[in-house]
This record gives sequence, C-alpha cells and structure tokens, in this order.
Amino acid sequence: MSEIPAELRYAASHEWAKNDDGVVTVGITEHAQDAMGDLVYVELPEVGQVLAAGDEAGVVESVKAASDIYAPVSGEVIEINEALEDEPELVNNVPYEGGWLFKIQMSEAGDLDNLLTADQYQAQIESE
Amino acid sequence: MSETQLIFQLSHPGRSATSQAPKALSDDKLSAIPAHLRRKQKPALPEVSEMQVVRHYTNLSSKNFAIDKQFYPLGSCTMKYNPRGANRAAMLPGFLNRHPLAPESHSQGFLSCMFELQNFLKEVTGMKGVSLAPMAGAQGEFAGVAMIRAYHEARGDEARTEILIPEAAHGTNPATAVMCGYKVREVPVGKDGDVDLEALKEACGPQTAGLMMTNPSTCGVFERQIEAISKAVHEAGGLLYYDGANLNAILGKVRPGDMGFDVIHMNLHKTFATPHGGGGPGAGPVGVSERLLPYLPTPMAGQRDDGSYHWVDSDTLDTSIGHLSAFMGNAGVLLRAYFYARSLGREGMIRVGEFSTLAANYLLKRLEAVGCTAAYPDRRASHEFILTFAKEAKELGVTAMDIAKRLLDYNQHAPTTYFPLLVPECFLIEPTETESKEALDEFVDAMAAILEEARSEPDMVKEAPFTQPVRRLDDVKAARELDLTWTD
Amino acid sequence: MPYIPHTPDDVRAMLDAIGADSIEDLFDEIPAHLKAAGKLDALPEGLSEMDVTRLMNERAAMDAGAVSFIGAGAYQHHIPAAVWEIATRGEFYTAYTPYQAEASQGTLQVIYEFQTLMTRLTAMDVSNASVYDGASGLAEAVLMSLRANRKSKSRKVLVPAALNPRYTSATQAIVENQDVALETVPFCQEKGQTLVDSLKPHEGEDFAALVISQPNYFGSLEEVDALTDWAHANGMLVIAVVNPTAMALITPPGEWGAEGADIVVGEGQPLGVPLSSGGPYFGFMCCKQKYVRQMPGRIIGRTVDMEGKQGFTLTLQAREQHIRRSKATSNICTNQGLAMTAATIYTSLLGPDGLTNVAAHSHANTQALADKLTAIDGVERAFVAPTFHEVVLTLPKPADQVLVALAEKDVLGGVSLANDYGMANAILVNATEVHSEQDLQLFEQALKEVLA
Repeated sequence: MSEIPAELRYAASHEWAKNDDGVVTVGITEHAQDAMGDLVYVELPEVGQVLAAGDEAGVVESVKAASDIYAPVSGEVIEINEALEDEPELVNNVPYEGGWLFKIQMSEAGDLDNLLTADQYQAQIESE
Repeated sequence: MSETQLIFQLSHPGRSATSQAPKALSDDKLSAIPAHLRRKQKPALPEVSEMQVVRHYTNLSSKNFAIDKQFYPLGSCTMKYNPRGANRAAMLPGFLNRHPLAPESHSQGFLSCMFELQNFLKEVTGMKGVSLAPMAGAQGEFAGVAMIRAYHEARGDEARTEILIPEAAHGTNPATAVMCGYKVREVPVGKDGDVDLEALKEACGPQTAGLMMTNPSTCGVFERQIEAISKAVHEAGGLLYYDGANLNAILGKVRPGDMGFDVIHMNLHKTFATPHGGGGPGAGPVGVSERLLPYLPTPMAGQRDDGSYHWVDSDTLDTSIGHLSAFMGNAGVLLRAYFYARSLGREGMIRVGEFSTLAANYLLKRLEAVGCTAAYPDRRASHEFILTFAKEAKELGVTAMDIAKRLLDYNQHAPTTYFPLLVPECFLIEPTETESKEALDEFVDAMAAILEEARSEPDMVKEAPFTQPVRRLDDVKAARELDLTWTD
Repeated sequence: MPYIPHTPDDVRAMLDAIGADSIEDLFDEIPAHLKAAGKLDALPEGLSEMDVTRLMNERAAMDAGAVSFIGAGAYQHHIPAAVWEIATRGEFYTAYTPYQAEASQGTLQVIYEFQTLMTRLTAMDVSNASVYDGASGLAEAVLMSLRANRKSKSRKVLVPAALNPRYTSATQAIVENQDVALETVPFCQEKGQTLVDSLKPHEGEDFAALVISQPNYFGSLEEVDALTDWAHANGMLVIAVVNPTAMALITPPGEWGAEGADIVVGEGQPLGVPLSSGGPYFGFMCCKQKYVRQMPGRIIGRTVDMEGKQGFTLTLQAREQHIRRSKATSNICTNQGLAMTAATIYTSLLGPDGLTNVAAHSHANTQALADKLTAIDGVERAFVAPTFHEVVLTLPKPADQVLVALAEKDVLGGVSLANDYGMANAILVNATEVHSEQDLQLFEQALKEVLA
C-alpha cells in the first residue's frame, strides 16, 4: 500500500500538488515512482516558463521507461529542484519531500479544485 | 570467462603496426596547411601491434551470441541463416572498389544487379515500383510516410494531419510518423489479436493521412480483416502503409500489393538473409502502388531500350522525396540480398513463407505441450507467436526476463521480451525456416527444464545467467553515472 | 531447398504435432483470393552458389579496371587485411543488436571502444554508436540542434553552400517534413571558403545552429575558429561536419574557437570501409556532454554486474523509439554495427602515427597531382584557400565532356561541379596514399591527350 498524504491534491496523471499561499509545489506520487522503478533522470521545466494546467512540464526516466510530467495547475514556474540533477533517486526515496520537482506561482486558484482528493486518488489507483 | 582489457589498456607509447601505414613524411610536405589549422597534439589512439589488435578483437567476438553459433529466435527480427556465399560475392573487388559516383560506363555490373533486385522485390510484393535507397527499416518507414505526405500535398489535401497506428505496433512506427510531421492516433487491438475494426472506422476521417500496420501483425497472427481495413482507410481518403517487419511469414504466399497496401518497406536484413552485424547495417527498400510512383526516393536503377542501365535521379524524377543518404544507401547489403534472391529463385521464395510458418506452428504446439501459455491459443501462428508468463510471474515471482536470462545458460538466445507491450510478461518467438527440427526440439527441452526450475528453484532462475562473460548488469548505475568513454 | 533443412519425414512429424494435414492448411486464416499462387512467374529459377557466384563475378568484373580520382565524400584508402577478416567473423557478422547484454559483451565493448576512439579523434566528450551515413547524420544533427538549443525559437539552421551538396539535399529531404528550414550561406568565389563576412547579414537573427564543414566540399580548409566564435556570439550551436582522416592533421572540432563545436558528424567510411558503391558506410556523431540526452541513436555505457565485474550495456534508452515511441529523439533503431566494428579495428591498427601518415600522404599526393595537372595549359586551381586532400581545378573545356573522355581511357578523373555549382569547367579531384606516382602520371597523360 503506497502512501497518499491526505493534505495534498492529486492529478489523474499521478502528480501531487501542495499549495502554500498560491505557490504550488509539484511532485510525483509514491505509487507513480514505484511503478516507474529506479529513476535515472528527471527533466524539469525552466524557471520562468508559463504553463497551463495539463501542459507537459517535464519527464521522469527510469532505465526501461519514460513518463511525461504534466502541470497540475496553471502559472509560472518559480523554482525547480536542482538536487535532482545529481540525485534523481530522491524521487524514489522521498517523493513527497526532497523529491519534489518544481514550484508554480499559481495563476488560477480554481485549478486546485479540479484535482483529486487523497481518497479519490486512492480509488483511482485501486481501479487501475 | 575473464574480463577483456580495453584496447587502450594494451597501448604502449612508440609501438605500432608498422606495415599498415605509409612511412612518415617530412613536415615540409605539409607546409600548405597553415599552422593555426594544424592539430596540436596527436589523437590518443591506441599504440599496439597488429597481432595485439587481431587477438583483442577475436577474443571480443567470442563473447557474442550469433546465428552462426546459436539458435536465435528473436520475434520480429528474422534471425535466419546468412549465406556465406552472399558475403563473398558482395566483397568481390569489382564491387568493393567501385566509387559511388563512378560513371555509368563503369557501373553496368552493379547497376544490372540493382535493376534486377528492384524487379524481384516488385514481383514478390506485388507493388508497381521499388526503390532500394533507404538504409534501414526505419528509414524505409520514413520514406514511405514521406511519400504519403507528398501525395496528399500534391493534391492540395493539407487537412490530413494524422497517422493511425495499431497499439501493438513497433516503436519505430509512431516515431516515424512524427519525423514526417504527423500526429499519431493509436487504434486498439482486440482480444484475438486483430485490429478493433469498429474503433478503426471511427478513427478514420478527413484528417487521416494513412494507416501503418504489419501483417501478420506484431501479435504473431494474420490480420483477417485486412480487406475491410483497407476499404475503411481508403474510403476516408487515407493510404495504407505496410511495415515489412513480418514479410518473412508470407513471402511467396500473399503479396502486400494484393492486400491493398499503397506503400511498403522491406527489411532485407530479415527477409532476404543479409546479416544483422551486431545492429546493422540493414537495408529497407520501399515499394509503392501506381499512385505513389512519382515520389519514390532516389537514386534508382533504370534500363534503356538498348539494354544498358542508368541511374534514375532527382533531376529526372523531380517529384521524388529525394535522397536519404549521400549516395544510394547500403549498396553492399543490397548485393547480398541480390545473391540471396538469385539463389532462392521463385520456388525458394515461396518456401520461405511456408517453412517459416511450419516451424513457428510446430514450436508453438510443442511449447504449449510442455506447459507454456500462448497469448492467442485459438489462432494459427504466423512465422512467430507470443507466449505469456503472467501466471509464472504472479505465482512464482519468475518473470519473462528471468526466463530469458536463464535461456542463455542453456545456450539458447532469448526471444524478444516484453514486446508487444499489450501482452504482459511476454516472449515473441520467431524460429525461421532455416532451423532444423532438432534445433527447435532443443529449445523446447530448455524451456521445459526452465519452467521446472521456476517451480523448484525460483531464486536461482531470478539470478540467471551464470555461464556468460558477465552476470546481470547494473543498468541503473550505467544510466545514473554515465561512463561512455574510456579515460586512461 | 536452399537453406531449409527439413526432410519429408521432418515435415510429416511437424505437421502431426500441429495437427494439420498439409503446410497449406497453416494458411487457412488467409482469404483464398488473396493468395499469391501463380503470380510469381516472372521470378527466375533458383541457382546454386557456384552459379550465382559466377554471375556476380562477371558483373563485378564489368566495373573494375579503372584508376579513380573521385572523392566527393567517399575515399579510397588502404584497408589492412585483418579489418574485414575479423569484422566478418560470424560472431560479429551474424549477431543481433546487443539487447541481451550478457550474451553480447563482444559487440558492446567494441562500441564502447569505438565511442572512445571517435571522441579522441574529434576532441569531443561523447559519441554514439554510429548512424547510417554522414549525410543522414547531418540531418539528425540538425534536428538535434533544435532540441539542444533551448534559447532558439526558430526552426532554422544556417548551411554553407560549400558543404557537400549531397549532404544538403539528404538533410533537406529528411528535415523538411518537420518544417525545418535550411538557409544557405554563400562561399567566397576566390578562396573557395565560407567567410565570416557572408554570415554578417544574419547577425542577431535567430538560428538554432551553424553548420561548418572541415574540409568543405571543395577540399578547402575553413577558418573554423572565427566561424565557431561568430556562431556562439550569435546564440547558435555549431554543427561540425568533418573528415575523420583529416582529424589526424587538422584541429579537431572540440578545439575550434573559444568553446569548441557542439555537435560533430561525419562520414566514417575513410576509416577502413571500402567504397562499395556508397555503402554500407557509417555516420559518426559526437557532442558535448551536456547535450547527450538530445543525441539520437544507440549509446553504450560501462557499468558493473551483480558481482562487481566490469560490463557494458545499452544506456540512455529512454531517448529511443522502442521506449519513447512518438516522442523519441529519432526513429533510428540500428547503428551501422559492422562498418563501425571495421572502423574500430582499422583505427586501432593504424594508431596515432599511422593515421597521421595516411592523412599526410593523402594531402601530399593531392598537392602533387594538382601541381602536375595545373602544369597543363589552361588547367588551374579554382580557389586559393589551403586544401586537405581534394582540390577544384578549372579546365579549358566543359568538365562533363572531359570526364567522359577520360573514362574512355579508364581514368575516372573526379566529379564535375557543373550541375551542383554551375561551374561548367570545374572538376573536384582527390588522391590518397593509395595513388602511386604512376597513377598520377597516368592521369596527367590522359588529361593532356583529352585537352589536346
């Protein structure tokens, strides 16, 4: 059973989002990193890039797979997790903490309401 | 087997294979090259003797599996015997030393072989024209889709932006469509391995440029609705692309042209027995129906009324999609295919489809009898078939990858694994027509033994192989800590 | 039955195991009216190995016998006997792509050594396992530069007119479907070089890359440092197209200008691969470390096995079509394995001094040839720039006509520049270490007679 923190919101494409006064931190869920296996590379957006919810924002790669990351909310990328360049395994080891991917200054507060709650995300992965 | 040092580790300053290069020239012979354009330090190439080189690479060769050594049943790769005679013929001095831009007066021998090969391929596929130019299957695909695009553009039909591809397709199909500027729409495949026809019909429309598919499909079965598929795509105004990856299954039995395909590519390194060479070179000629003739890639070989041969190039065929290489593709591979075509002849080509299909169906039945699970048990195998080890993975924790690695210990090359993606824990197995019944039986015995081991000693199977030059490699380390060149 | 081992007894036993009456039954899922029976009559009868060999011997002999001075992207060099004896060993010749790494360490280590050799020749950080040929390699490099140059928003690349026109046309054919535009930079008519001055009109414009060919199609050596620095100052990447033999003598692209070239491609044929009518050759492709994930094609890495022993494996596969499908860096899935293997053996056999001597003799022989030919009345060097092992000569008569007359004397006197450059009287000629003094005299004598 993978961990799904109740205080976060989730995209159906397995990103999590955490809102701190309009700054949304984005990562991938424990379930997603587990399905990918050991990550070997993470491609992140550029700081300053403006994304709409659902836009491709990066890629996570394991040895045998690559998966796109989508922006869960709209806004400007204000920070990326540069530690991942040398340590992509942070996403495997601490997906909800040191393995975060990037932060967005959210432009449409309503975007968060379109995301899944922990319970809804739990139900989704059980039905997969 | 011991670790082989790198050629760089054998290097000693001042050593050389002296008979292999002309003597040093005095520097005044190089005075025409300005000093600021001269290399400052010699490149750090190995300094080794001739015998050291010969021994080093001969030793390395012994660390490979190869058709010449082992049964190599890679699905969709057609690892059949590569006739040695073809290699000798292609390496004749007259062919080897011919410069690609030699005038036609000094190219009649080569051109005659190419012209005849074009005709043989036309005949055996039922197409109206063939170009030998593409250098690999993927480049043949590129040429084919580029021709589809050129055709629609010539008609001003620019709304066609989408290529349809069955979900079981090779990865090259969607990658090629994108290289040709198209969007990809995947079409689902049904439980029996055939395309979901209703879904296909729904996907067809004024945006459809074409459909790319193999037949027999990558599910190892003949697509029975091929005529209905052809009708649906053509009625929508799209063209039908045949990926010749599996042509070996039907060579001489069914022709893509007769199935309604507008454009095809052939993999001569599969169907026409040219070597895979550890990953190339191949050759991917394309064949087309009448309406795509103007777009064939150049150069091609043509024949004049007086019987002499000439090049057909973009200056005479200005509607061509153009050149895909500096010259005319992998000519030496084409000569090997020509040898093969001449040695098989008509009867031989018909037998390819027949005996590759016989071998696959035999192997499938025997493997089922020893406990393997077929993915499509109610279907005839084509020249290849799919087994699934989903049950073993779930119940024993032994995956298709584990079984593949254990096969190496039995001196059998592993089949294609985890492809097509839609069948879990799968093997795609293609024995080819050139393997004897005994070779097939040995493979069955190995599989039976491994299934038994999977039940009795699963942990051992999960650690296989044990007999190869290396054990399982750390691919994660390889990707995280990139080490792509040797540092002294 | 050529290459099919089954006896009638085998066939019967196999059909019995399947539960089928005949081989034809195995095709019962195929609609009968689609079957090819009777439609293959135009194919000839099969022949024995002896008969096909005789036939192909005759064909090959038809094309032999001339002395050639054609270069233009494919060059004659001596190939040590060991090169193809080893490359065509069954263990290399009949192996597949090294997907099962444990059973492919031979091929994998050869590729790793090849990657190392190419980076040392070009002074670059990383190399892939080769692509189809030099021309299609340039197309891949152009597409790669669009991905790698994140600052550039245009889909345009600057290409010199002095680049091998076959490279330009193949690149055009491959990239145009993705709406990529190649813009031509003219060359200096006097020097036969690409000048920084002719780039000036593009100053401040958005291009993803500038292509620099060293030497260029005319054999001329470009002022690569100035060109490279100009491109970088204008936000462009530099794609170098180089001759690998020349690398032994000429500044390698990794050392061009202040920062070096970003991507390097070229035709690998001169490294031990026969002319063979144009293929199979191989394209080499190197780049700076920071662009490695944008590079197409197969890449091999060194790692360890579960016991800690050194081993080699395919890596960075997530770029490739079998995983990334429609988002792959390219649709390429092979390399030119066998030709690349030959090149690895060739380069190891020659070593630093051997390759330098081959390059030096090729240069010196071409100089000697040009001196001999320009001593003939009306024959002149077309350009004043320094050259490596190829040179453009202008003749007092139309080049096409002269070349036909020379061919009648079994001298293949180079390539005409009439079609590609509108230089009706110009030919491009090459000599390498394989040309003897007598060969050069033969050309001189034949040209004298033709022009007389």
